[in-house]
Formats: sequence, C-alpha cells, structure tokens
Amino acid sequence: MSIETEMLNLTHIDRSMLAEVSPSHWEKMLSCIQCGTCTASCPAAHMMDIPPRRMWRMVQLGLVEKVLRSKSIWLCSACYSCHVRCPRGIPLTETMNRLKQLALQRGLVSSGTSQAFYRSFATLIRRYGRMREMELMARYVLSNPLAGVRFAPLGWKMLWRGKLQVQLPRLAGQDRLGRLFDRVAELEQQTPDSPNR
Amino acid sequence: MKYLFYPGCSQEGTAREYRDSTLAVLQALGAELEELKDWTCCGASVASAASQLLGLVLPARNLALAEQQANGPDLLTSCSACYSNLRRTQTTLADHPKLHHTVNQALEVEQLCYRGVVRVRHLLDVLANDFGPQVLQTRVQNPLEGLRVAPYYGCQTVRPYSRFDNPHRPRSMLGILEALGVQVHRHLREAACCGASLLVTQPDLGLDMAAEVLAACQGADCIVTVCPMCHMNLDAYQDQISHRLGQRVQIPVLYLPQLIGLAFGLPEQTLGLSRHLTPVRLPAKIATTS
Repeated sequence: MSIETEMLNLTHIDRSMLAEVSPSHWEKMLSCIQCGTCTASCPAAHMMDIPPRRMWRMVQLGLVEKVLRSKSIWLCSACYSCHVRCPRGIPLTETMNRLKQLALQRGLVSSGTSQAFYRSFATLIRRYGRMREMELMARYVLSNPLAGVRFAPLGWKMLWRGKLQVQLPRLAGQDRLGRLFDRVAELEQQTPDSPNR
Repeated sequence: MKYLFYPGCSQEGTAREYRDSTLAVLQALGAELEELKDWTCCGASVASAASQLLGLVLPARNLALAEQQANGPDLLTSCSACYSNLRRTQTTLADHPKLHHTVNQALEVEQLCYRGVVRVRHLLDVLANDFGPQVLQTRVQNPLEGLRVAPYYGCQTVRPYSRFDNPHRPRSMLGILEALGVQVHRHLREAACCGASLLVTQPDLGLDMAAEVLAACQGADCIVTVCPMCHMNLDAYQDQISHRLGQRVQIPVLYLPQLIGLAFGLPEQTLGLSRHLTPVRLPAKIATTS
C-alpha cells in the first residue's frame, strides 16, 4: 500500500464535516487516541484502502470526502467488534453506517455492487413490506450480470432443496410501505438536522 | 410461558426450517407462541445505511405492532439481525426523546405509536434463561452422546445491543449443548463475523471470513448457529470455500433448535434437516425416527 502524503493546515480544520459524520458523538470522535484497537479488531482491515484507525483520524481532520470515496466503508460487515472494544467508547459501527448514508446521498459510492444490492433491497421492502429473497437476487443479478454467473449454481441448488420460493414479482398495485417511506422522506426534508443530530 | 413471535423475512424463505424447528421445540417445552400480526421487514443492514430515520422507523413499526397486539408478553425473534435492529431502535429511542417523537410522527401514517414498553428477546436468550439447561435436559429422549458440536454465535446475537451474554466471549450455548449430551468443540471464532452480506457484495472478502469460521470448526461433526444469515453463509458456500482453500470442507451446519429437536426425539421431517445445502449426515446412532 502506498502511503499518500499531503500537507494539512492544522489551524484550519473543517470541523463541520465532523459534526455531519458524527452528529451526536462528535466530541467522542475527537477523543480518539489512535490506539488502533479498531483496526486490530476488524476482520476486513487487510482489504481496506483506508484502515479504520486512519479513517477516524481523517474524519477528525475533516478529510471526509476521501473517506466517503473509499472502498473501506463498503467492506464493513457491521460486526461491531471495533464498536464494543473502543477504549473511548466511540460508537464506531454506527458512525460507519453514517458514512454509508452520506456516500449514498452524495453519489460518492465506490462500490457499484454494494449500491445495486442496497437499492434492490430497499425497493423490495417498500413494495412488499417483507423481503423476497429470490426477487432480491434476481434484481441484483440483472444489475450485475457477473454476479449472476457466480450465483447461478448456488441458485439451482437452493431451488432444488426447496430453499427458494418461486414467487412471481407483482408489479402493479404493490406499494405496501409506500406511505411510510414517503412520510420518512418528508420528515427528513422538514427537519434535515434533527433526526441525525 | 407466552411470547409474541416475530419470524423475520428469511424464515418465510431460505430459513423456513429454522422457523419450523423453533416452533416445534418451543411447543415441546410448553411455550405458547402467537405470531406478530402484519409484521414487516426490520430493514436488515440496508435501511439504516440509506437513512437513519428509516433504519429506526422500520423496526419501530414492528415494536409498535407488538405493543398494540398484546400487553405483556415478550417479543421473541430468532433472527440475530432482526434482534439487533429491534434492540438498536429501542436503545437509540430511549436515549433520544426527540428522535422517538419523530419516529412516532412517521408511524402515524400506519396508525401506530411506539411507547417503549415491549421487551425484545432472542431465541437463544429464551432457551438459555427462560427454560435453561435443566428444563431442556428433562425433555431429552435421544442424548446426542459422542457428537462433537462447534457453537457459533456470530456478531449481532451478542453485540452490541444484546444484554444476555458476553459480547466478546459468549457462553450461553454451552449449558444447552451439555444438556443435550454433546461434546462441545470450543474454538476462537465463536463470536467472529460470518461475512454477512459481503458474501454477495464483496465475495473475495466475504468468502474469506466465512472460511475462517469453517476452518476453526474443523474437527467438529457439525456447527450450530442461531442466525439465518450466519447459517446461509456457513452452509451454502462450502464448495466455493473448498475451492479457495484447496481442501475439501464439508461440515453440516444446524440451527440450534434443530439440534435440540434431534435430542428431544422430534421427527427429522419437522426439523427440515434435508433443506440444508451441505448434507446433514450425522453418526448413525444420532439419527432419529424420520
């Protein structure tokens, strides 16, 4: 891994981003002592372009856009190991979720596969209220044919074992949680600050 | 003992055998279960990545339904992701009254209101603490002696919003397994991550994570889990993982109530052992009437 060097003006650190990333915990985020327990606990750290310890330092320094564009945030499986071990008690996994929200909102997602999966999932919950696994995988595979090749053998095996329910997608008249989703969007518009702060 | 049951989406599909075996075992123990009416998805790990409010409203909808449907019984879920989402919502809303108010403003369109009185319980918590090893032992008709079982808790069963076990080194399955007569295969990945949705979105990393758990369980006759996602990741990808590791990995993965059901002498058909992708072949004397 190449180490990027860059001059930072430490007298002009953009703290506004810190408040946005960590609305209710930004003071705690500042208390990070860079001990590295998060990176040592992370099962994905070895694959990350920005490992957790460095990521939290970058957040402290206001280098949020780089963090949002990183692959790292899409490699977090939300196992909460860093979260429960952080000696400063910073809710790291929830903060990672917040980074995912910001990256999705700002269109800075580095991983097309993650974005496709998240989109398909949200569409289905809105439409049916419950997840339909087969339709989820079908939608995901359509948006990402390479994954289709990989999942085809597994899909057949699961059908064979009766694990997958063959349900035809219902396209018309299905918007089970539509009103609730719309209401959530409306409330977020009304009070862009309060839900996250 | 009475519970409201929230099965979660995967137990209507890929994890149907988890639901069937859970219901069979709890019935054998004399528990009364009533399914939560009109339940919807908890949002999994996806809703909270899309929006913080949506990630709280989807679980809160089900909590509010539970409070409306029955006053008193605990809300029981056997899916660790659902459990974690429901508990995260409870914890967050208890700490942030303004957010609690906003969530209820959203729930108004469903004529629902979350008050914060329902208790959420994981199946493992109920089995280990409401019934406990001693009660389970009295129901054992077919002790699983000689069977080496590797417990696997996964992440969200025990952290961070769970309150019934140690988040780093859980042990609530130990007593249960001993009560069934099995030999417990302790290992270092009992509360490690199975890879979760990374097996779909980031397969290189996800498969490595699942492989590490399977490698730690080598030497056991089977693995037991209490989460549909963990089960899928450990059970369904063993061919791909064998290919990556360059050595054959084949270890059956059972849901805890399936193993308990075997010890109780419940018919294998009820337990749905044939639905797993890695064939469940247990030593002859363990196999029961089918």
